[in-house]
Amino acid sequence: MQIISLWALPAILLLILTMGLFKRIPLYETFTEGAKDGFKVAVNIIPYLVAIIVAISMFRASGIIELIGNILSPQLCRFNIPADTIPIMLVRSLSGSAALGIFSDIANNLGSDDYATKLSAVMVGSSETTFYVLAVYFGAVGISKLRYALIVGLIADFIGIVAAVWVCNMMF
Amino acid sequence: MNYIFYFLIVISIIAGAINGRLSDVVNAILSGAELSVKVAFSLIGIMAFWLGIMKIAEKSGFIALIAKIIKPITRKLFNEIPEDSPAIGDIAMSISANAFGLTNAATPIGIKAMEELQKENKDKTTASNAMCMFLAMNTAGFQLIPATVIAVLVGIGYKNPTEIIAPTLVVTTIAFLSAIALAKLFQHCWREK
Repeated sequence: MQIISLWALPAILLLILTMGLFKRIPLYETFTEGAKDGFKVAVNIIPYLVAIIVAISMFRASGIIELIGNILSPQLCRFNIPADTIPIMLVRSLSGSAALGIFSDIANNLGSDDYATKLSAVMVGSSETTFYVLAVYFGAVGISKLRYALIVGLIADFIGIVAAVWVCNMMF
Repeated sequence: MNYIFYFLIVISIIAGAINGRLSDVVNAILSGAELSVKVAFSLIGIMAFWLGIMKIAEKSGFIALIAKIIKPITRKLFNEIPEDSPAIGDIAMSISANAFGLTNAATPIGIKAMEELQKENKDKTTASNAMCMFLAMNTAGFQLIPATVIAVLVGIGYKNPTEIIAPTLVVTTIAFLSAIALAKLFQHCWREK
């Protein structure tokens, strides 16, 4: 597994460049022609990122996530969900760095034998930050009406949480 | 998106006031805005690199080849996109890059896929079905090895960090398949307002 992840990127590069050489493509000119758009794309997504990241930063700073967590924790304890992992469930779709931060906290404080460490590891490892992905990808092409994209992303995130709880309950 | 933007900010201000953290909420505006620009600028270099490589991949026929291999799957998932569109190959490469944990490569390639999908899109400000399907696959975050999580576990002296891989893979697969099913479902029953 580790060899695959180490070699995935170099292998793709070797494959693409070799194929280009065989097809007699001017590699250097073609590369720089494509790379020119890098700056434009990155700058184009700034307004969308500012909108979404500022709103989410405010949301996290307001303390509402802790509030919801406190309300939910007695109910979720019945499903063998440790209270420590609840903030991860709530923040996972909003901010990847926050979810990873909370996970590091849990891992460092509770240690490797605790069930909360394992459950939060699976929850963080199996998800992508839905809000960030939508802001970047739709922002890059200037789309502002997302239709059902966000709902689908959030329901799938919820299914992921339920699946994580279920699988961890069985395995650990 | 209008309502979500509105409610995120309004709820933050009200909850911040109740919790006595209004100054934190106000400071979050500045730090959030700064972070957004940092994120965008940190993308410039790697974006340029992968867009350059992808241009070579496109002209050499590599992307067309990938598209051909996965045609049986994509024909069902992206039925509104012509089979010879470069979008199909880009989508396949973006999902594989994600699966192998090459986040740095996945984002630029994914954006290129979105640009190709945008060419087929009739209304340039509204998401097409194909875009929603592609992003459903993306937000589910299908990944073979959760490298960052394993790094944290190694950091705290976890004895057997690889035991996390199997359950994570099961969960991410369930989420990925549900996202695809949901996108298909919504494609049929979504009514425009």
